[in-house]
Amino acid sequence: MRWIWIDKFLVFKSGEFARAIKNLTLAEEHLHDHFPGYPVMPASLIIEGLAQTGGILVGEAGGFTEKVVLAKIPRAEFFGVACAGDQLVYEVTLKDLRSEGAVVEAKAFLDGELLADAEIVFAHLDNSRANQIFGPKNFVFTQQLLGVLDLAKARQRSRETESSGESDPESNGSPHQPASST
Amino acid sequence: MPTNDEIYGKVQATLVDALGVDEDEVTREATLQGDLGAESIDFLDIVFRLERNFGIKIPRGELFPDNLMADPEWVADGKLTAKGLSELKSRLPFADLSRFEADPDVERIGDLYTVDMLVRYVERKLSA
Repeated sequence: MRWIWIDKFLVFKSGEFARAIKNLTLAEEHLHDHFPGYPVMPASLIIEGLAQTGGILVGEAGGFTEKVVLAKIPRAEFFGVACAGDQLVYEVTLKDLRSEGAVVEAKAFLDGELLADAEIVFAHLDNSRANQIFGPKNFVFTQQLLGVLDLAKARQRSRETESSGESDPESNGSPHQPASST
Repeated sequence: MPTNDEIYGKVQATLVDALGVDEDEVTREATLQGDLGAESIDFLDIVFRLERNFGIKIPRGELFPDNLMADPEWVADGKLTAKGLSELKSRLPFADLSRFEADPDVERIGDLYTVDMLVRYVERKLSA
């Protein structure tokens, strides 16, 4: 299993806001156990998806130089359940960002209705200590996870190219180096 | 400038939100860690909330300093030395050290962080 709990970014405003989606499918093993005959997305994994959306928003704001970890969830409320076949929309707004960490407001929507509302605090790991323990590799922002953002930026650029009527012979469908995140 | 009681009321609400405690637990004398169960990561949350709720800026390390025990000259046999105490006073001018000074055990530094200390800290920030 890949630990990626968002499928795609719909909107990414650097340092401000991100909207991502998560499609739920019976191909996901956990839905067969949670619960047998009643496949409901676990609330904890909705939180994880919100945290991944928020974590990338926070990390990108700092140029991915910090190791951003989920530190605390001061508040989380759930108002319903999401089942196999549903599409969740995650909206995360950056409320505060400082050298020690960040706080975001995170909401999940199902069919336009609020399903979950949470506040998530992220901490920036002390780089020198984290390097001693984990080495210099950024284990938080793996290329797999960042691939979701890269893909969104590639699509955005592709749309912009199409709308401006230009062709980009060098693109060949591969992700581009992101320009400014909008 | 809000009164001391008004600041206390807002600090109380801040800690209720940050720590999930009941309002009546947040007395002025309550210690953040011992009585209200705050952990180190809660300090970051408290800093964010105090900044938002009072419209103040809290520079890193001003309210919750790092490396208070860093210098070996500041601690001897598990207690702060005179030099360590003077360092603590200069770093936490809003803390009430009167009782701590009688037994400056480093284990008791956490007890300096009371609700009332946060009130005094915010009061100083707002009047600056």
